Amino acid sequence: MDNRAKISIKNLNFFYNDHQAIKDVSLDIKYNEIYAIFGPANSGTTTILKAINRMCDLIPGTRSEGEILLDGRDIRSPDFNITELRRRVGIVFEEPVPLPMSIFDNIAYGPRMSGIKNKAVLAERVEKSLRMAVLWDEVKDKLHSPALRLSGGQQQRLCIARILALEPEVIMLDRPCAALDPISTFQIEESLKLLKERFTIIIVPHNIQQAARVADRAGFMLMGTLVEEGDTDRMFVNPREQKTSDYITGRFG
Amino acid sequence: MNNLKEKLIGNGFFLIALSTLSVLALITVFILIEGVPIIAKVGLFNFIFGMKWAPSQGSFGIFPMIVGSVSVTAGAAILGVPTAICCSIFLTEFAPPAVSKIVRPAIQLLAGIPSVVYGFWGLTFIVPFIRNYLGGPGLSVLAGSVILAIMILPTIVSISEVSILALPRQYKEGSLALGATHWQTVRSVLLPAAKSGITTSVILGMGRAIGETMAVIMVLGNAVALPKSILDPARTLTTNIGIEMGYASGEHQQALFATGIVLLAIIMLLNSAAQIIVQRRKD
Amino acid sequence: MRLSPKKAQIIAKTVIWAVAVVIILLLIFIMAYILAKGLPTLSWQFLSEVPRDMGRSGGILSTIVSTLLVTAVAVVVATPFGVGTAFFLTEYTREGRVTRIIRFCAGALAAIPSIVYGLFGFIFFVVYLKLGWSVISGGLTLAVMILPTIIRTSEDAIRAVHPMYRDVSYSLGGTKWQTIVGAVAPSALPGIITGVILGIGRCVAETAAVILTAGSALRMPTSLFSPARTMAVHFYILAREGISMERAYGTAALLIIVILIINVAANILLEKFVAKSR
Repeated sequence: MDNRAKISIKNLNFFYNDHQAIKDVSLDIKYNEIYAIFGPANSGTTTILKAINRMCDLIPGTRSEGEILLDGRDIRSPDFNITELRRRVGIVFEEPVPLPMSIFDNIAYGPRMSGIKNKAVLAERVEKSLRMAVLWDEVKDKLHSPALRLSGGQQQRLCIARILALEPEVIMLDRPCAALDPISTFQIEESLKLLKERFTIIIVPHNIQQAARVADRAGFMLMGTLVEEGDTDRMFVNPREQKTSDYITGRFG
Repeated sequence: MNNLKEKLIGNGFFLIALSTLSVLALITVFILIEGVPIIAKVGLFNFIFGMKWAPSQGSFGIFPMIVGSVSVTAGAAILGVPTAICCSIFLTEFAPPAVSKIVRPAIQLLAGIPSVVYGFWGLTFIVPFIRNYLGGPGLSVLAGSVILAIMILPTIVSISEVSILALPRQYKEGSLALGATHWQTVRSVLLPAAKSGITTSVILGMGRAIGETMAVIMVLGNAVALPKSILDPARTLTTNIGIEMGYASGEHQQALFATGIVLLAIIMLLNSAAQIIVQRRKD
Repeated sequence: MRLSPKKAQIIAKTVIWAVAVVIILLLIFIMAYILAKGLPTLSWQFLSEVPRDMGRSGGILSTIVSTLLVTAVAVVVATPFGVGTAFFLTEYTREGRVTRIIRFCAGALAAIPSIVYGLFGFIFFVVYLKLGWSVISGGLTLAVMILPTIIRTSEDAIRAVHPMYRDVSYSLGGTKWQTIVGAVAPSALPGIITGVILGIGRCVAETAAVILTAGSALRMPTSLFSPARTMAVHFYILAREGISMERAYGTAALLIIVILIINVAANILLEKFVAKSR
């Protein structure tokens, strides 16, 4: 495993108007690892993801301090191209939201936005992405039927494939399985393990077990602060902080 | 480069959105320019309260028309408002879904029927009916009120329906849980709670009634005199314009624009009242 | 004597049902009456011949053409402005003073009586811009008149678009413009089209504003600058001046049929749209 940091967050503070959602968080996410950011609701986990690809710019009244480095460049600097950033760092939302168009068009949406018009190239991208998301076999015969007809689990894998079609460097997933059944969850977790060979993955899991199952390293957040981070194997067996221990043993939260 | 393009697009949309403002300004300015001189000449008081409208002799008093507009609109409100509120209660509370699915578009269809068709239908039905059974010439304030009552129905129904539907479900459930009947719940919980929306709808409906021209032209008789009863003919501000614009010129034409100013002022007053109510409800 | 709640409920329900039934019967009666009187006149000949002798004989072809032309001008002009304004209000600005002002203006435009639009169109387009009584004057006047309808329905349609569609599009690297064109507009399209259809309905039905701006000449319009008499105006003149009741009813029947089709189309579209956005 490459030990350099793909994303390096330094002293990040984040505000929604007067409310501080993230307090002085610093953490590194390495190449080709799955990093889980977990914690109780409203502890700032989702906000970190939104800060990393600047989806938070869309929310009025937000501001941030500190640094978020992607390959050493601060993504918060004004000359960082925001659409390029979002192509390099894709995000999968909690609720699977296929756009109201065909499966093919959903996957091809991102590449088309970036200016790819050649049909053969698009078709190849779509197939490759669907294969990587382990959805190809299920949908290859109905690529042009509406994506909304897929089941919930298939929709979420479609959303992952949609990100993969951007040929990103980092994939972020925000509680991707919160709305899914155990079998779909299993399928997605398996595909994530395959995907980390090629991508850096950040996941906000919907429960601690998922963090333990899929992540190489993890960070525990509580009320906007990073309480503890480290290898998942160590952290879930032998947490350093009392708060972490309380949380993973279910004593609060 | 990309940012520049986005900025240009944003500014383009802003310019397009300014069209509403500029058009409204144009309308106001042009109608004022045409109408104000004659009001200045005759005097505002004499124009509004003058009893005599005789363009050929240079007398321009529109008081009979104002009375005509107000009485027809009042009549339409008296007949139309209770009917419309009944319809909206029917649609939101009492009608089975299958029925309201047919009735709702049907009532909206009433809004689509050309006003000349209403006028013509009034002329062939309402007018003879009034003449035969109630007396007078038939062409009357009452006939106008009946037609307008039907025409303002869709406006009132759709807006008050929305405001009843927007009430939290707990209001109704809470009341029913306390043992109130469905009707008691409607009367003492839902209607009071939706009051501001219903008031808005009534105001907008009256705005429509006072602004309607073609339907009223055909059934009102158009006599320039104060109506003494609801069976008398009358002339409204709108019909005054509609009838005489065809041949008016010079000061006469200006006086019709001045009539338009008065009409516009009344409408803006009603509309502002409605918007204030909407705004208050939001705050 | 006080009524028991139960009796009061029965009475109230009866009254409300009765009112609703009466209104529906009234609607059916108005439409059926016009159709019954007018349908016998409606023939291919009636539709395909130009009026002769001031409308006493012949058909109504020139008024159909006039209606189409005037409506087309209105829709072509009003749609970009209306839809653009709706996109500005929903996508390009936050709620604040600007949106309040624009909404106030749209509300005011919606409240202005059509006869006042007629006055405005007459003095501005016909006289001031020297366009004369013409298709273009009538069309532009109607464009102003239907602008608020298109703005309101488009705005509602855009607001009804799943808010996550925007996030998804942005997260896939879409710019604002790409997001609007690629993700928001397609979802809002049926609602927007409904608004345009309703605008068409208003144009076809309008009389007061058109008679003052497009005139009432019965000749077939040959260009956008020819005077024109629309179907609604034709019906009004035939009926009011008693020229030909038979032809008046025929024209009215055609008007009713067109309005009926427009309303049904708008409803079907809207229903599909609501079903889809759920």
